[in-house]
Amino acid sequence: MDVVVCTKYVPTETTLGPDHLVVRSGVDGMLDPGDEYGLELALQLTERHGGEVAVVSMGPGEAGTAIQRALAMGAQRGIHVVDPALRGADALVTSRVLAAAIGRAPFDLVVAGVESTDGYTGTVPVTVAELLGLPSVTAIRSLEPSDGGARIERMTEGGFDVYETPLPVVVTVTAGAVEPRYPSLKGIMQAKQKPIERASLADLGIDDVTTTQRVTSVSDAPAKQGGEVVQGDEAVPRIVDLLAEAKVI
Amino acid sequence: MGDAFVYAEVSAEGPKPVALELLAHARGFGMPVAAVALGPGATDSARALGEHGAGTVYASDDPVFADHPDRPAAHVLAGLVADHAPDVVLFAQTYDSRDVAGRLQARTGSTLMANATAVSDPRHARAEIFGGTQVVEVELDGPSPTIVLLRPKSIAAERGGGDAEVVEVDADVPDDVRGARVVERHEEQASGPRLEDAKVVIAGGRGLGGPDAFALLDELAASIDGAAVGASRAAVDAGWVPYSYQIGQTGKTVKPEVYVAAGISGALQHAVGMKGARRIVAINKDPDAPILAMADLGVVGDLFQLVPAITEEIRRRRGS
Repeated sequence: MDVVVCTKYVPTETTLGPDHLVVRSGVDGMLDPGDEYGLELALQLTERHGGEVAVVSMGPGEAGTAIQRALAMGAQRGIHVVDPALRGADALVTSRVLAAAIGRAPFDLVVAGVESTDGYTGTVPVTVAELLGLPSVTAIRSLEPSDGGARIERMTEGGFDVYETPLPVVVTVTAGAVEPRYPSLKGIMQAKQKPIERASLADLGIDDVTTTQRVTSVSDAPAKQGGEVVQGDEAVPRIVDLLAEAKVI
Repeated sequence: MGDAFVYAEVSAEGPKPVALELLAHARGFGMPVAAVALGPGATDSARALGEHGAGTVYASDDPVFADHPDRPAAHVLAGLVADHAPDVVLFAQTYDSRDVAGRLQARTGSTLMANATAVSDPRHARAEIFGGTQVVEVELDGPSPTIVLLRPKSIAAERGGGDAEVVEVDADVPDDVRGARVVERHEEQASGPRLEDAKVVIAGGRGLGGPDAFALLDELAASIDGAAVGASRAAVDAGWVPYSYQIGQTGKTVKPEVYVAAGISGALQHAVGMKGARRIVAINKDPDAPILAMADLGVVGDLFQLVPAITEEIRRRRGS
């Protein structure tokens, strides 16, 4: 089972620049922690059933460190889409880029995180699925190959549903579904020998990267009234008083 | 001028509460509003959708929409969008609606704005970022319709509509766009009120140290009528409680009368889901925990002593 894992390089701390875009270059960053669960699931699947894991990432030059971490965890190769025109790319442009990059190699499964920890949009994986004409199941906690397809458990508001799907399929993996491994020293050393293909927009045959959203203003939300902090013996009666004032007891 | 479309999640019990909230957002545009309701319960939901502002309801009760997660709905919705050329399609920021929205975007090539808290017209929306500490106003460009995903509980549902015209939708979905299929459903039997409806929410986080300590929160909740227990993402990710407990950016949004956060640091991801609570009480052993700055009443102390003591004090005052 060959798997492509979509990964995102995110700033360690999200800040907005003067142009109202998230600052992604020249700041500390990392492989999005939300992507590690999908990567781990992919690694476990290929360890049990054979096949390769490739990681795809779109981002500035620094995003190479996120790919390096994925390779150190055990992925076999990386594809890094880097192009200055992609700065500030929106969800649709990102989806088109990822779909084009993913389509460059054969695969049975595409894995992504449920949503990024900097933007939380959470639609890119399904948009990629639609562009590739593939089924998708989001927010999954397990996947097992079965009868040429896959059997998948998806988290729901009140429990979970079981899905059956043909392959290839696009899935997003919830945090906590598996325990992501730490890269071993050996893994870190081996990662340096693994291939990372760099692709530009021209390489992917994409020319339209028009963004369709513009932040017109950023302002502070009304500050919450600074509350009161108590310690020690008075805490318990104060909390119960508050519940009584709220008329809930 | 075109219509505003609302993608309304429905079930056999009627429209989801958030569908009625979306209609309240759409009514503010002052343009005709149509709801799209797909799956079992759609036709029966039309009455409530009309009462809350939908002039037209495009409905199909076909089980294909419940049996397959997102592709059939996106396929039929894309057809309706092509036929009626709405200016905007509003979705709820839920897992199910988000998947339909993402697929619709691939079909229409239009802009998609997620996590909005307000939308003043089809081209202007607002979102809160950094855990609700900052507000951004966003202008939406590109081909119609714009696609806007609104966070649940960002507006109150409001009656004041009339009878909607119900238009039955052709649910002829080709096999090759059906995709994954639901073969089993597992619902956990929850006791007490739903987290989203509870008057009091008692939530636990990493500070609980393990699943067993949630019993302390259960006991406190049991001593208060209409209280439910929730959790931060850290506690859910650790596997201590099921995903259905999760409050935050990923998870549920709650607006109770009182929110009690025990052992929750107050990460931005969590704040988004609970900052609308009327009163916030935070118990944390770390005096620097961000949740204490958000709380109306912050307590620096040991939750393992405080929570049982609160339960005890409530029982004592109630004389039981």
